[in-house]
Formats: sequence, C-alpha cells, structure tokens
Amino acid sequence: MKSIAEEIIIKGISASPGICIGKAYRVDREGVEIVEKYKIQAKDLSNEVKRFKAAVKKSRDELLGILEKSPEELQHAHILETHLALLKDKMLYGRCIETIKQENINAEWALKTVISNLREVFQTMIDPYLKERSADVVQVADNIMRNLTGAKQVNIAAIKKRVILVAQDLSPAETCQINLERVKGFITDRGGKASHTGIIARSLEIPAVVGLKEATSTIRNDDLIIVDGNSGIVILRPTENTLLQYEERKIDYEEYKAVITRDSKAPAESLDGVRLSVMGNIELPEEVFALLNYGGDGIGLYRTEFQYFNRTDFPGEDELFDKYKDVVEVMHPKPVTIRTLDINGDKALTNQFNYEETNPALGLRAIRYCLKKPQVFKDQLRAILRAATFGNVRILFPMISTYFEIREATRMLDQAAESLEKNGLPYNRDIEIGAMIEVPSAVIMADVLAENVDFFSIGTNDLIQYSLAIDRGNEQVAHLFQPLDPAIIRMLKHVADVAREKEIKIFMCGEMAGTPHHVPLLLGIGMDELSMNPQSIPDIKRVIRSLNVADTRSFLKEVLTQTTAKSTFELIKATYGSILSEQMYSEGRKK
Amino acid sequence: MIDSNSELSREVIIVNELGLHARSAAKIAALANHSKASIWLKKGKERADASSILDILTLACEKGSKITIRIENKADADILAAITELVEGGFKEPADLK
Repeated sequence: MKSIAEEIIIKGISASPGICIGKAYRVDREGVEIVEKYKIQAKDLSNEVKRFKAAVKKSRDELLGILEKSPEELQHAHILETHLALLKDKMLYGRCIETIKQENINAEWALKTVISNLREVFQTMIDPYLKERSADVVQVADNIMRNLTGAKQVNIAAIKKRVILVAQDLSPAETCQINLERVKGFITDRGGKASHTGIIARSLEIPAVVGLKEATSTIRNDDLIIVDGNSGIVILRPTENTLLQYEERKIDYEEYKAVITRDSKAPAESLDGVRLSVMGNIELPEEVFALLNYGGDGIGLYRTEFQYFNRTDFPGEDELFDKYKDVVEVMHPKPVTIRTLDINGDKALTNQFNYEETNPALGLRAIRYCLKKPQVFKDQLRAILRAATFGNVRILFPMISTYFEIREATRMLDQAAESLEKNGLPYNRDIEIGAMIEVPSAVIMADVLAENVDFFSIGTNDLIQYSLAIDRGNEQVAHLFQPLDPAIIRMLKHVADVAREKEIKIFMCGEMAGTPHHVPLLLGIGMDELSMNPQSIPDIKRVIRSLNVADTRSFLKEVLTQTTAKSTFELIKATYGSILSEQMYSEGRKK
Repeated sequence: MIDSNSELSREVIIVNELGLHARSAAKIAALANHSKASIWLKKGKERADASSILDILTLACEKGSKITIRIENKADADILAAITELVEGGFKEPADLK
C-alpha cells in the first residue's frame, strides 16, 4: 500500500444534511455537463452539421471497438448494438441536424434539446422497461456530447459510478443541467445555506456543503473526499481510520433517517384513532422542501416579514404574489396558512420604522400597523388572494386584541377582492380566515371573535409573554416564562372550548406545540392542528401515535387541579414519562 | 387511409414476452432502413416510423398488442414480408431472457 498524503479538513457551511464518501468530480473544468448555447452564422451551418456528424462517427467507432473486444455471448454486447443503432436513429441523429439548421444553433445545444425532449417522451411511459430506455438514449447522447466538446474519454465504469460535484458555484441553469442521478453530493466554494445549490441538495436529500472558499483550489478530480453535510465539513484524502469512522456514521445516519422518514410521512393518529394535522412553520419559500421531507401535513404558519426586511421600500404586490404562489403551488393540496405582516418589537423594518418605541411589544405592531398603513396591507392582501387560486390558502391575522380589528381586517380583505375583480385579475376570496390568539383580551373575547372567523390559531410565545407579563429576553425574569403555568393552561382550554362550541377549528402555532411533553396536554384540550419548526414534526407525530386521546382528556382534568407550573410538569412526567424517555432516546441518537 | 387488407399492409400480433423493446425495435429498424419509401407501424391511432428505434419504442407495444405494418411503395413488399416474419417469429428470443 502506498502511503497517502495527510488528510485535509476544509470547513464550510452545511447546506443539506447527510454524509457521502466518493470521488471528486470537478464540474467547472473537466465536466461535460454544462452546455453552452450560441448562434451559428448561416454560412457556418454546414460545418456545424459536419462537426456533429464527425462526433457521431467517433462515438460509432468507439462502440465498434468495444464490441469487437467483447465476447459474443455477453449480454452487455446487445446493449451496445442497440446503442450503435440509436446513434443513427432519425429521432436522434436526424432531429439534431434539423435543429442545428432550423434554429441556427450549435451542435451541443441541439443535442441537449433533442435529448431532453426524448427523455420526456420516455419518462411519461407507463411500462417500466420503456421508461428505463431513456437511460440508453442519455448514454448515447453523452457519448456524442463528449466527442463534440472534445472532453477526455471517461471509461464506462466511471460513468456508472456516482460522484461528488466540486464547483466554485453552480448557477440555477447549471444545476438543472447536471445529471442528478449520478450525483452523491455537492460541494462549492461560494454560496450560503439558502443558495440554489443548497436548496436543490436539500430537496433531493443529498448532502451538500457550501461556502468552502478553497474547495476547487485544493481538490483535484478523482480525489477521495468525505462530505459531512451535518457538520458542514469536507475531508480530503481521509486516512483509513477517518474513512472507517465515517462509513459507520453514514450508516447510522441513514438508518436514523430511514426510521424518521418512514414514520413521519404516515399520518399522526392516536391509539384511539384521532387524527391530528401536524404542520410546519416557515419563513422562506425554500423551507417548504424540508417541511415536506419531515412529513408536514401543511403550513400552519407562513411568516411573511422576510420580504420586508433589509430594504428601503415596500415589496410590491407582484413580488409578494410570486413568493406566495411558489409556496402554495408546491404545497397543493395541503393547506398554507399565510400570516399577514407581523412587524414586531425585535424585528422592526430598517427604514420604515423611523421612530423608536419605548415599549415595542405593546406598540404599533402586526394588525395595528397594517390597519394604519392600508396601502401596504392592501398590497399584501391582494397578493394572498391571487396566490389562493393556486392551492389551499388560509389567511391569518396576527395580534388581534379587539373585535374592531378582526372586522376591519376582514373588510379590507373584501375590498382587496373587489379591487381585483375590477382589475380583472384572477383571485380566490373563498378562503378560511383566522385570528391569532396571542393577547389575553382575545382569549376573553374569543366567543365574539369566533363569530367572525373560521379558525383560531394560538400563538403561545406572545400569549405567555402578555399573560404572565414576562419578557423572555430579560434574563432576570426569563425563568418565569412557563408554558405550563396553570393560568396559561386554563386560557388554552377556554379558547378551545369556545372554538368547539362555535364550531370553528382550533390550531396552535407557537413553540409550545413543538415540545413533546406538552402534547398529551394539547390533545386533552382538543387541538385540531399543531404547527411547529419542521424538524420537530417527526417527533411530535410519534408522540401523538403513542397516546390515547380519551386518556388525555381525563389527564387534563387532573392537570387543571394543579396550582403551579412545576407540579404540572411533575404530573406529566409521572403520567407520560415512558413516552417521553423514548423520545429523549431518539433525540440522543440524533447527536 | 389505405385498406388494411391491401397488399401494402399487414396486421400482426406481438408474440414475444418482452414486447417491442429496444432490441426487437432495432431489428425492425435495420430492415426498414433499406426501404425505398417510408414504412410505418400503427397501433391504435398512433403510428411510428419503422426506421426509428426510438419512434417504435414510443408506441409502447407489449406482448399481445395488435399492430399494422404499412409500406408506401410496392417495391418494399419484401421488407414488409421480412418484418412480418420477424414479429410473428417472436424475434427469435431465447425463452429464458428476462
């Protein structure tokens, strides 16, 4: 065994979790995946066609060479014969030449277009055998492409191997052209967590590390690398020890993921058959993929503030519409609960808030702000109503503290719909309207509010802050922020009881909903839907599946006799400790 | 449309296990490539150019499919007969081929 140069660890940003080990494949220099498109002058067209024909002939000669060497009885040879015939097939060869001539474009681009059309035709086929034939077409095309671009000959075994892409950066167009079936993972010099590469990697569930800065200057083609998407590092030329260690970690991670995903996609149904929707909270459209991966039944809270940050003007209706539409379309038919602009104390807009509030939590925020800035509000409402034609949308008004606010908000929504009607733009007014219950006055007035909405969504973070008069950011009192305070539990129960009586739905989208040991309580109270950080979805679903709703109702009665948060917590531990320890075990494995 | 009983067309049934897959399509295309005029394969309302493997594959003919082979020029009658024989003979596939 030759001695191997010392391993190098390069630190970057984790863009997609998972571990992969494999050979580096430099996309920018030696790869043939990226195809340029350029125009060919009329006088040069015949030369371009000749160039194409020459590439095909070269591929043909190569295939014949391989065929000659292959023993006749080999099955493999039949495939090569088919490939040989495909090279001159009218639908491939003929069409490429036609495309070059008709569109005045280079041979590479013509080939790419023809192939992607053919692939589509084959992929729509029902027969699995025929469906797979697109792979033959692609292999033949790759051969021609390689000869067109003059790239180095890659042996067939290497083509079949899956590689790790190494690039400075990948533009959306480039990422789309890469044959993803062959890619184990991505690593790039540039980019951040929300970069296109990262998003694609997450949606394909393959590991990715971005922002490595020096990946392309250190890593050569065919170098052995380990990509650890969990901790955001890349190990170049790992030692045998490291390799073994990572092989194990990879297996562990994949097992863990298999368990999680297998369970998370299944509905959350209690032992006695009560189904709960377990939803995700998101802020960026890109988070939708993670949410679906974790098995989210929909979006329970889509925070819309992000588009308003770090800019001096307000985003326009069309810009907002595009963002909402993306999310709504991908989620369809699952519900997307869009919360209208909730600017709050700690997230004040840079230039739009040109005065300081001494007490922002009690200041001009959320619905109060929107009602005071009707134009800003109207743009958002119109964007939401337009996006609602693409899927299942609900609208949620934040910080409702009086009946007047919900009435005004609804009136403005109607006005927005009327104005869209006048402009002749497609919209959908037939959506569910909800009020955030996060202010004590809304809890007390729940019966009145319920008459005007289709659902309540309890925002526990603010409700606890306002009810117990605790600023979580203040270290002196933060420990008093207790979701299990009997006052909070009684409030939750009151809101849920009113909702049931008024026959509207009751959801929860605060942090409380994503904490496993709160689940028995929330089930007893009668929540219809819980929404949380996407990562918490699998655990919460698992807890729900191990509970009996009828039991949690009688458990709630006992909880209501408690006088402190501490004794309530002890009661939960004593009653449901076994379920929670199982959950803790899985938490431990994740690390 | 030409009458299917005319000397220009023949109706056949795909008898081999795998249907018209790439290898069998390649055999048909090899024959059709020697024709003077176009040769078509018809299945239901769709038709494919018999000289293109890919086009034949898009017909998605599994075992038992009924197809019509049609030539446009009488001079290609030999080829029509050869393709018919090929299809009816099940492309001489080994029985155990999966």
